[in-house]
Amino acid sequence: MSRSYDRALTVFSPDGHLFQVEYANEAVRRGTCAVGVRGKDIVVLGVEKKSVLQLQDPRTVRKVVMLDDHICLAFAGLTADGRVLIDKARMECQSHRLTVEDPVTVEYITRHIAGIQQRYTQSGGVRPFGISTLIVGFDPHDTRPRLYMTEPSGIYSAWKANAIGRSSKTVREFLEKNHKDDLTREETIKLTIKSLLEVVQTGAKNIEISVMESYGKVTALDLSQIEAIVQEIEREKEAEAERKRSRLAATAAGQAAMSSRAGDAAQPSGQQ
Amino acid sequence: MECSFALTGKGYVLIAADTTAARSIVKMKIDEDKIKSLGPHLLMAYSGEPGDTTQFAEYIERNIRLYQIRNLYPLRPPSAASWIRRALADSLRSRKPYSVNLLLGGYDTSNHTPSLYWIDYLGTQAEVPFACHGYGSYFALSLLDRYHDPEANLEEGLAVLRRCIDEVSKRLVVSPGKYRVKVVDKDGIREIEF
Repeated sequence: MSRSYDRALTVFSPDGHLFQVEYANEAVRRGTCAVGVRGKDIVVLGVEKKSVLQLQDPRTVRKVVMLDDHICLAFAGLTADGRVLIDKARMECQSHRLTVEDPVTVEYITRHIAGIQQRYTQSGGVRPFGISTLIVGFDPHDTRPRLYMTEPSGIYSAWKANAIGRSSKTVREFLEKNHKDDLTREETIKLTIKSLLEVVQTGAKNIEISVMESYGKVTALDLSQIEAIVQEIEREKEAEAERKRSRLAATAAGQAAMSSRAGDAAQPSGQQ
Repeated sequence: MECSFALTGKGYVLIAADTTAARSIVKMKIDEDKIKSLGPHLLMAYSGEPGDTTQFAEYIERNIRLYQIRNLYPLRPPSAASWIRRALADSLRSRKPYSVNLLLGGYDTSNHTPSLYWIDYLGTQAEVPFACHGYGSYFALSLLDRYHDPEANLEEGLAVLRRCIDEVSKRLVVSPGKYRVKVVDKDGIREIEF
């Protein structure tokens, strides 16, 4: 008799919370940051890469993975949980092709993943997946890029741009301020990197960017490309700061000139 | 009746399969493709019980693809052959076995060797320089014994294949009319107008 109680792990608290799910969300918040941005006919995934240890092989650490030819996924949270969920999703992609001879749509696989995540909040003897995912891709016979997010609770939603993981709130606010509709390829990549730089202090070497340009056309930017864009962004920031400084100086000089004229002294306004 | 041929050459594997889909004594279709691409450098010709062939080939295709997506590199031809053979051997010992015969040709990009596997519905597997399935084998094997050259270039290989197909057309009572020919080499898979 008591066994049926013992097997339950995710149970309501008296005020209607599922603590296990909230703990899972906490695990996501502690995971590395991942950003997805949708442009006009491109979608970009950017992730914060933890620096690998000196003797570690960096190729074995992956945060952006392919689910099928036309779908990519990035996650934040517990990497081991991610691996299990990703494997289930990949199986579903091939299984779908086998049964209906068509590739999955992005929404279908998102719903499938979210469905699995939901199941793990309501079954006995299991704990929820400690990951949120960003799923990007193109539907078959369609040119519009897609971006979806799933959460440990099993919620899924579509986005123009979004961030998950550590400091995702900061990044999301940045994206809300700077995202426009119909971004070009370059603008989309730049916005992704720019938003990641809000939380990644160490710069290009800790950023990984995957670009999907059309159905099944995925490329990962290499370090030199990312570095070039980071430098460009820094130059722009520098120029902006310079402009601001000179504007401030100009106003200060103007005020100084004004006050000196008021004092009726013909002093040269040499300060810039 | 169904015929499929395959032969290796210098840096390539050629696979040919007839294109007829027949039911009893009636031809239902004459442009059926019985050679599947299982990966960037892997081809599989299948023949046998009509429903079984497609079902089994698609099952194999999806599983090989899943392997590639999971591991980021494709299964090499020897491993693929072993896995497929095992799938057939397991099926043979099930309640309803698949009756499918296969020719598996692949090019291994890591050591630059072409390889060809002959697999039948009993789960027999053999790595061979050339192979046939169906009634065509009664005529083609002797020709291949005489004319096959593992160092032949693509033109020479196609000439040998042409000999086999011509002989089958000439001598076999129920010879198929059209064939589809595919080649796999270092550049991947392509179809050859024959």
